Amino acid sequence: MTGNEVVAWAALAAGAEIMFGYPITPQNEIMHYWTRLAPKYNRKFLQTEDEISAGFTTCGAIQAGRKAFTATAGPGNVLMQEPFGMAEAMRLPMLAIIQQRGGPSSGTVVYSQQEVTLTTYGGNGEGHRIVYSTANHQELYDYVIKGFNTAWKYRFPTFVLGDGYQAKMREPMTMYDPAERGIEMVAPQPLIGLPGQIGKDREAQHLCNIYSLEEELYDVVQRFDAEYRQMAPMIEEHQQLHCEDAEVLVIAHGVVSRAALDAVEILQAEGKKVGWFRPITLRPFPHAALEKAAARASQLLVVESAMGQLARLVKEELFMQCRPIQGLYRPAVGIMADEVVAKLRTMI
Amino acid sequence: MAGKVWRVAIAGEGGQGVQVIGDTLAEVAYDEGKESSYLPNFGLEQRGGVSIAFVQIGEDEIGSPKFKVADVVVALSARAVRRMHMHVGPETVFVYDCSIADELEAGDLPTNVKRVLCIKALQASKEELDPRVFNMIVLGAILALTGVVTLEDIQKVLDKKLGYKFSQNPALRDLNFRALHRGMEMVEQAAQ
Amino acid sequence: MCSQVQAVLQPHMPDSWNKKNKPHKFCPGCGHGLVLKALGEAIDELGIKSKVVFGCDIGCSLLAWDFLDVDSTQTHHGRTTPVMTGIKRSNPDLVCVAYMGDGGGYAIGSQHTVNAAARNERITMIVVNNTNYGMTGGQMAPTTLPGQKTETTPYGRDVQETGNPTRGPEMVAAITPEGAYVARGTVANMRQLKTFIKRALENQIAGRGISFVEALSTCPTNWRTNAKSTWAFLEKDMTQYFPVGEIKVPAKEGE
Repeated sequence: MTGNEVVAWAALAAGAEIMFGYPITPQNEIMHYWTRLAPKYNRKFLQTEDEISAGFTTCGAIQAGRKAFTATAGPGNVLMQEPFGMAEAMRLPMLAIIQQRGGPSSGTVVYSQQEVTLTTYGGNGEGHRIVYSTANHQELYDYVIKGFNTAWKYRFPTFVLGDGYQAKMREPMTMYDPAERGIEMVAPQPLIGLPGQIGKDREAQHLCNIYSLEEELYDVVQRFDAEYRQMAPMIEEHQQLHCEDAEVLVIAHGVVSRAALDAVEILQAEGKKVGWFRPITLRPFPHAALEKAAARASQLLVVESAMGQLARLVKEELFMQCRPIQGLYRPAVGIMADEVVAKLRTMI
Repeated sequence: MAGKVWRVAIAGEGGQGVQVIGDTLAEVAYDEGKESSYLPNFGLEQRGGVSIAFVQIGEDEIGSPKFKVADVVVALSARAVRRMHMHVGPETVFVYDCSIADELEAGDLPTNVKRVLCIKALQASKEELDPRVFNMIVLGAILALTGVVTLEDIQKVLDKKLGYKFSQNPALRDLNFRALHRGMEMVEQAAQ
Repeated sequence: MCSQVQAVLQPHMPDSWNKKNKPHKFCPGCGHGLVLKALGEAIDELGIKSKVVFGCDIGCSLLAWDFLDVDSTQTHHGRTTPVMTGIKRSNPDLVCVAYMGDGGGYAIGSQHTVNAAARNERITMIVVNNTNYGMTGGQMAPTTLPGQKTETTPYGRDVQETGNPTRGPEMVAAITPEGAYVARGTVANMRQLKTFIKRALENQIAGRGISFVEALSTCPTNWRTNAKSTWAFLEKDMTQYFPVGEIKVPAKEGE
């Protein structure tokens, strides 16, 4: 199956009830598959007039207590920062799948890793979001399911960050019912439109999203930040290999981490001390793990299909450890193992 | 062949069936227990514009879905021939359809490759077989060049995928299988 | 003696009003309090307050977020309609009211208005038209009258430069399918406004289609008018461009 098809099936398996979306390449097939599956499984869908509306209708559905999700890419991701901001501010368990394409602006419809900054820190907030960067179809499936649970448990907007290659390519994977694997799906709860009579069974719910005084907002943001930091260690994820004695550490995320790993293995086979670190959660970034993995390396190489967006996150995490960081930056272009190997040879 | 990854890139104009060839090849490999990946790559246009299919087949999990240098390149239009220069290397076998020879200019065909050959797939599909099985002829040629799956493997997969259509119209099955065989033949003959 | 005076002075408030935070924070002479009174009375008469979800826009409408004793949410500027759409599509039993100003309905929110209308979304949109953007200091709105002075048209609105005032209900009526209810009321005629809003809510409950009510309203703060000229502007000037009445009504059963 293609990555987009996998996403649709994963959302179904996760118990998603309604999807809102707007066409933009390369994620359209998520909607194509969802709209075909939905009537058979009693789920809903609305194609909205644009991404802004897709994001806000999703916010509304979540407020009404439905497991709702959306998907977008590129310029659509830019437009959705407005509703994502509402989700951040009002702590709505939003799940959005992002299939990155070339940017800025219309760029290409094909592929990139250039929406990292946007997805991790977009909008006019503090990046209190959860971002999973997947590298293959199995992970697209696993993390859509996990993403719903993370979102509904911790109530920070949650993103599955894929890309146009993952969206369109075919590779093997295994689908499953979460229950079969002992994964319990968190049940959604409504914030408004609650059952019962106002005055008798319950009070009216008034959801505020704007504050009169600076201090009021300050308190809110501080509270969110404290909850975010408390949650972070429980959901940070990463993978790493050969880091214990690495002299050069290669850092890559998403699909590029596969080529990076191939490159590292090639050099390891030659006896070279090269390590591989792959953050899976870009937000919250696996800070402690990276510090530890990078401890012995004398140089770092960040490999990404962008111009330093991953590197920017890495630098923030390694601020206290002064270390030369080089970048293999290929904005909007796929990266192959041999390019990484060639670059590493100049560094060893 | 353990560890070897076959990289096949097929390119042509939108509508020529490039993606069908690539997709089928990857699926056949997967059904035969290999690791495979298929990545479509196309321009903005639904129709028109160069369409490329990147297929990788190997024993181990495939790394990057995209690759630079292909083991086999099949280019089905003049524009595709020019576009595919960036995907050839000294070990690449470069295949094109003879029908586009007139449209090619000096320097269009790559020289830094292992081998260049043209197959008369379009002609065969028009004169001998059926225009609809042009894809299958090309697929047969790829089989002969890579040996990554056998003719029997492909026939098994086609029977599974198109079994219903074949049972409705047995001549169709025969046509497809003959097309595959013809493609293989073309490569074997060109080698002589 | 004191309690008798209190009983006389206590204004009658709809049951669906949130009594705890009254008197409200709208400007003196603001029409929002009146529109919300008409809405509150309509909700009371229909007995639906526990089923209503009320969404408000940014601008002065945001002050209504805890105005009613019903489930309410603030949204973003121009985005109340899609949020209410999401809620209604999730739980069709709820009565969803999207409350906004003329900017939220006809400027930044216009694409949502147009598309909700085209889809005949079963929500009730209430657009409060006071011919300017109040909360932000009185800039031009789509509904600003020709020659009207605002902060961004200090010499008066020039229709050559900025177009004519938007007639929202007429536009909505033109693109909605059968089953829509579209009307324009005014805070100068409260009984009529309440009737229109009540019919709008009934239309939603019956599931016939979208219901859209524009309410002509006042903004003496930004109009910089006294009480007399406020009412004159509302009743004489605004009605020149914005006719009051029902513009589209669903066909009766059997017609």
